[in-house]
Amino acid sequence: MTRTLRLDGVDRSFGDRQVLNNVSFEVAAGRMTGFVGANGAGKTTTMRIILGVLSADAGEVSWGGTALTRQDRRRFGYMPEERGLYPKMTTREQVAYLGRLHGLDAAAARRATDALLERVGLGERGNDLLETLSLGNQQRAQIAAALVHDPEVLVLDEPFSGLDPLAVDTVVAVLRERASAGAPVLFSSHQLDVVERLCDDLVIIGDGVIRAAGSRQQLRDSYTVPRYELVVAADAGWVRDHPGVTVVELDGPRVVFDLPAGADEQPVLQAALARGPVRAFRPVSPSLTEIFREVTQ
Amino acid sequence: MNVTQATRLVAEREIRVKLRDRTFLFGTLFFLLIAAAGTILPPLLAGGPSTVAATESVAAPLRAAGLEVQVVPDDRAAERAVRDGDVDAAVVGGPAVVAMDEAPDDVVRALSSQPTVRLLDPDAVNPVVAFLVPFVFAFVFFITSQTFGLQIAQSVTEEKQTRIVEILVAAVPVRALLAGKVVAGAILAFAQIALIAVVAVIGLQMGDSGGLLTLLAPAIGWFVPFFLLGFVLLAAMWAAAGALANRQEDIAAVSTPVQFAVMLPFFAVIFLNDNDTAMRVLSYLPFSSPTAMPLRLFTGDAAGWEPIVSLVILLLAAGAFVVAGARVYEGSLLRTNGRTSLRTAWRERETIG
Repeated sequence: MTRTLRLDGVDRSFGDRQVLNNVSFEVAAGRMTGFVGANGAGKTTTMRIILGVLSADAGEVSWGGTALTRQDRRRFGYMPEERGLYPKMTTREQVAYLGRLHGLDAAAARRATDALLERVGLGERGNDLLETLSLGNQQRAQIAAALVHDPEVLVLDEPFSGLDPLAVDTVVAVLRERASAGAPVLFSSHQLDVVERLCDDLVIIGDGVIRAAGSRQQLRDSYTVPRYELVVAADAGWVRDHPGVTVVELDGPRVVFDLPAGADEQPVLQAALARGPVRAFRPVSPSLTEIFREVTQ
Repeated sequence: MNVTQATRLVAEREIRVKLRDRTFLFGTLFFLLIAAAGTILPPLLAGGPSTVAATESVAAPLRAAGLEVQVVPDDRAAERAVRDGDVDAAVVGGPAVVAMDEAPDDVVRALSSQPTVRLLDPDAVNPVVAFLVPFVFAFVFFITSQTFGLQIAQSVTEEKQTRIVEILVAAVPVRALLAGKVVAGAILAFAQIALIAVVAVIGLQMGDSGGLLTLLAPAIGWFVPFFLLGFVLLAAMWAAAGALANRQEDIAAVSTPVQFAVMLPFFAVIFLNDNDTAMRVLSYLPFSSPTAMPLRLFTGDAAGWEPIVSLVILLLAAGAFVVAGARVYEGSLLRTNGRTSLRTAWRERETIG
């Protein structure tokens, strides 16, 4: 069950507009992989190709080393960016129906539906028509619809957009559960803070090209110059004149500065201690937003 | 799970949803009432034999003809009985028949001597029946393909409009979605017609018009395969129209050509059914053959091989339309922004696995 999902040299054009250009990356088993990029960068197209809803012009999607088949994809859970279910069917009925379309028999689909509706907090509204549910509850139903067949791979396009905070927590809990059970989980989001909080690995796409891919820590290490924060008791303005320092931010006693790659940060600390008490001195990891800005520029 | 299983699941859902749809249920009920009323009422309304007033001297032949005779003392009393509405007619000296505004055929017949009638073509159909049957066939095909076809289109558009289609397409082949809808539509249409037919047959027997049934049986037997293929052909067009539309409101505009394909043959068969050449042509054209060919069989104008040839033509046409419809369906199903043109859908379809 621990199989890696891999894209290899995937190209795709619509008319004469190339939307994906040689897209290759991996979604490792048991890890949450965040997929980020600006609107129109190619996230949805990539996900549709993984699910076989769109075909690739070139390249291959494989799972556990072999090319994906329709049978494999039936074991995938997919939440498209454009959500929707049947408004005039009850939640229970349509979640069970989607379970059956994914290959469950009637009894298994019923069992899975009951358990899942309970899990996302819709146990009591299961027999209501979908259109009578609140927007938040409809989204919970959507989550249940993506998970009913106990998928081995999850591909979720903007799963958090439009969710209320409680629903976000539910989704996050469910996704973590799936990942720790060994499923590769790929989710896209434009909310970088959410991605930063959740993902183990990160894939950044810009204009149809993969700009960066790897674990969160790796990306942090490789995409930034050493940056530090120093808080002293008095004014920190003197740091500007310290050799090699580039000040990023200065606010009274607090200063954030960069050093040239490979430079030693201790002389700055010693200089600060020589002037008086030091309240804080720590390395600053770049936020995902900063990495994102850097690699997509 | 293969395409067949997926098709069955899709069809099951369509049927289940439809069976809970009030409009559909009331519509069916309405047709059943019409069928019952249309077959049971006419013999009842025709009423019994006329009542007739007459003096005892002329009463005997009238009684012998099964009429209800009211014996009156003289001709004046007989005429008064008619004016008062006590009887339908009176027979007075002459003999003459007196009635208010309508000549009572049965009274006249009772008093006249009739020539022997020798029929040269005893199988020829009663003109009233001959007028009604084409209308019924054409009407049944028209109404059913229109209603159930439109429902297929609406169901396709609903999935597109609510965006659930992307989840469906990721789970099952597009062909299974299309086939499931067409199969479900055909099953529902057939079930509805069968139900109406059963009620009509019972009604005919209650109304004592059973003889018509024997006459109609072969035409109905042929109507079934013609209807089935004709329905599939139109259903493929309706599904494609539904996929081109993006919202329920667009269906009417997108499906205009389909509406014509249903309506023109209907009117052609209704208005041209006594024109032999026209009917011969119509009975081979795929859109009109489902009604025109059974009709020619009913009137006895078609040779034994003709329905088979026509059926083969219809089968080929239905096959071609299903393939073309599926292509348009696949090409437009995921284009959720705005109405898709037929050309775009045809050329830029996705090759979905």
